[in-house]
Amino acid sequence: MRNRVIICEASEIIANGLAEIIDSMAQCDVVARIETPEHLGEKITNSDANLVIIDPTLLGFHYKDFLLQLGKEHPNLIVIAIVTSCLDHAVLSPYNGFIEINDTRSKIISKINEFVQTEATKKDDVELSNREIDVLVAVAKGMMNKEIADLMNISIHTVISHRKNITRKTGIKSVSGLTVYALLNNLIDENDLIH
Amino acid sequence: MFLSLYAPKLRKKAIIMVKKKALSKDSKLAELIAGDRRLLQLLPRFGIALGFGDRNVEEVCRTNNVSTELFLTICKIYTNNDYKPNQAEIKNIDLGGLLPYLKASHQYYLDERFPHLEEHFQRIIKASGAKYGPMLSHFYDEYKQEVVRHIKYYEEEVVFPYIEELRKGQRSNTYEINEFRHNHTNIQDVLDDMMNILLKYLPGDILPKERIEISLDIMELSDDLNRHSVIEDHILIPYVESLENALP
Repeated sequence: MRNRVIICEASEIIANGLAEIIDSMAQCDVVARIETPEHLGEKITNSDANLVIIDPTLLGFHYKDFLLQLGKEHPNLIVIAIVTSCLDHAVLSPYNGFIEINDTRSKIISKINEFVQTEATKKDDVELSNREIDVLVAVAKGMMNKEIADLMNISIHTVISHRKNITRKTGIKSVSGLTVYALLNNLIDENDLIH
Repeated sequence: MFLSLYAPKLRKKAIIMVKKKALSKDSKLAELIAGDRRLLQLLPRFGIALGFGDRNVEEVCRTNNVSTELFLTICKIYTNNDYKPNQAEIKNIDLGGLLPYLKASHQYYLDERFPHLEEHFQRIIKASGAKYGPMLSHFYDEYKQEVVRHIKYYEEEVVFPYIEELRKGQRSNTYEINEFRHNHTNIQDVLDDMMNILLKYLPGDILPKERIEISLDIMELSDDLNRHSVIEDHILIPYVESLENALP
């Protein structure tokens, strides 16, 4: 997936420089540039952005609330600070990461790639893949590994590795616990169960 | 500057030293319990009666017919997270009281802790209505079966009778204590599942207060069961192996 980037920065020199570097990256497109964060939420929705680079000094005193709210409205959003002045690093903790005004081009690129990557693995850690959901549903319905392997046309070994990942992601090990999980998440309904 | 920086550290160290020193046959039982409340639950399992006044561990153990060394070793397992007794330490302990202790622990889990959990859980099942109630109920039944199967059938009806036999110098050919190793992980797993379902996955509006309470109980029980497993793996199994080896 390509990253859709919004730059929120008051200085035209800095914004232009950032845009030039980001557009040069294979996986990134700058989809919008704004000078103030007032309509940032709206812009993110309209342009379907997943990455924001913002000057922390623009957010003022209530920066934490602002970022918290932004995170709630856009759960997969990555927010990176562009640090242009002397700044207490504690202020930067709510961001996914930061780049600094005197970072080299290659450093900026590697940092952005790294932030995007960590976010991707984090997301991967909690969400079940479609294949895993198929296995989970089969397990919840009371099928044995061999039956699941035959049904899905995969090896038992693959079924077991899916089951390991399901347990790692959900924190649930027992079959009866997985059944509860599947029902609570509407992956199966009561009629699917063999009593 | 120097003092204010280092004084708290010194004090903390001193307290830890007192605590470590305190776990000996000369320390007062009441003081041990004040130092770690988890030790309180060990008393009924050893058959130690309350009303022990200011007597020390050795005196209390003697009055109640309990091996002081066994009592102190198990206390150590309950107060020290990383402690696992080694072979040399076990050799010097009179382990005649181990089986009665384990049986009393099992009785406590079966007759008191699990029914208590069940009471909580039944209220949550009831409040979950027709949509989630039946499957939660099914989940609980499976869990209960696992507990009963493990403790009652496996330990009380297979393993313990086997050990009693060994102690009498007899041996059944069909069983070895090695099979028992790591058998108790299942109960822990289902307790973990139960916690995850209660805290992470059940809709938030279903009896939140009750769910927090039961979760605290589960954490305490989990901790207890973990230490119980240490006793079984690091005292019971080596002990039984030595009995097996002693037979011709």
